[in-house]
Amino acid sequence: MALHFELVTPAKLVRSEDVHMVVVPGTEGEFGVLAGHAPFMSTIADGALKIYKTENGAPEEITITGGFAEVGDAGLTVLAEHVEG
Amino acid sequence: MASLKELKGRINSVKSTQKITKAKQMVAAAKLRKAQAAAESARPYAARLAEVMGSLASKITVSENSPKLLAGTGSDQVHLLVVANSDKGLCGAFNSNIVKAARLKAKELEAQGKTVLFYLVGRKGRAVIKREYPKQIAHMFDTSDVRDPGFNEAEKIADELVAMYEDGKFDIAHLFYSKFRSALVQEPTCQQIIPVPAPTGGVAADSEAVTEYEPEEEEILAALLPRYLKTQIFGALLENAASEQGASMTAMDNATRNAGDLINKLTIQYNRSRQAAITTELVEIIAGAEAL
Repeated sequence: MALHFELVTPAKLVRSEDVHMVVVPGTEGEFGVLAGHAPFMSTIADGALKIYKTENGAPEEITITGGFAEVGDAGLTVLAEHVEG
Repeated sequence: MASLKELKGRINSVKSTQKITKAKQMVAAAKLRKAQAAAESARPYAARLAEVMGSLASKITVSENSPKLLAGTGSDQVHLLVVANSDKGLCGAFNSNIVKAARLKAKELEAQGKTVLFYLVGRKGRAVIKREYPKQIAHMFDTSDVRDPGFNEAEKIADELVAMYEDGKFDIAHLFYSKFRSALVQEPTCQQIIPVPAPTGGVAADSEAVTEYEPEEEEILAALLPRYLKTQIFGALLENAASEQGASMTAMDNATRNAGDLINKLTIQYNRSRQAAITTELVEIIAGAEAL
């Protein structure tokens, strides 16, 4: 099962892909999102988003600031004001 | 009747004007495509954020403890009109239409005994509003040093607005910009931005699954409101940029066509007077020859 992950900034849709897991730096602690996660909404502290494309692969890191994450039926959507890398 | 030399000079000057308007038209057409693409790519973010705001707003009730950005200051005495204009001219009635809409609103509010302040974005339109309301301009935001107003500018504007709002400098803010309908039609639009009008739609879409919030709904909402404001302003700036190029394209197309008509008319006049001069000369020569 793959998790549908979208990273959106005001300027453009940065990512829209299926991945294994994403670790999000929430304001109240990091959390990992796998496919089938319960509906969830959180603000994000400025930091690195870790994207695991496969189960054992090395994570890809994207630094974001001013973010907000939403997990719904459609997968994980991260809204960020600025994205680096 | 103008002399031949004068006519020639005028034809040449109209021709060079036509060259300028034609070049501007082509530049605007190219930029319009870019501006439209930028507006297009900003849409997913705005849509998502509006969705989230809608579902959050439907879950909490607006009370006195709600963030001020949502609930308002409790008064509606001081209105701030944020007027977004362009920095460059040569775009027809684009800027004056926006300013006209803002002035109408200002008159209406003043008739109701409210205080009106202005916050101007962009270089054009400053002069008109300055002449009419010299003491009511709260701030002029300069965008002339950047090529295209982007999210950074929207962020700065929103931050300044929020700071002013929290200092109690105004109670309600309206944003004036031009909505892009097509290259031919741009609509001056007035939109209330502070307090944030509760987003509608997105109601109870996720009723079956209970969404967890971290931190609490109110805190998330408080964090999202300034962001929502930024997005709104950013969207307005993008619409404005597209409208400006559209208006510029249409205006320059008209100007180029008018210049073409004028050149034709002047050329006919030039040829007529040239022929008249030749005829007169011939008549003089023949008359002279006959007299001998």
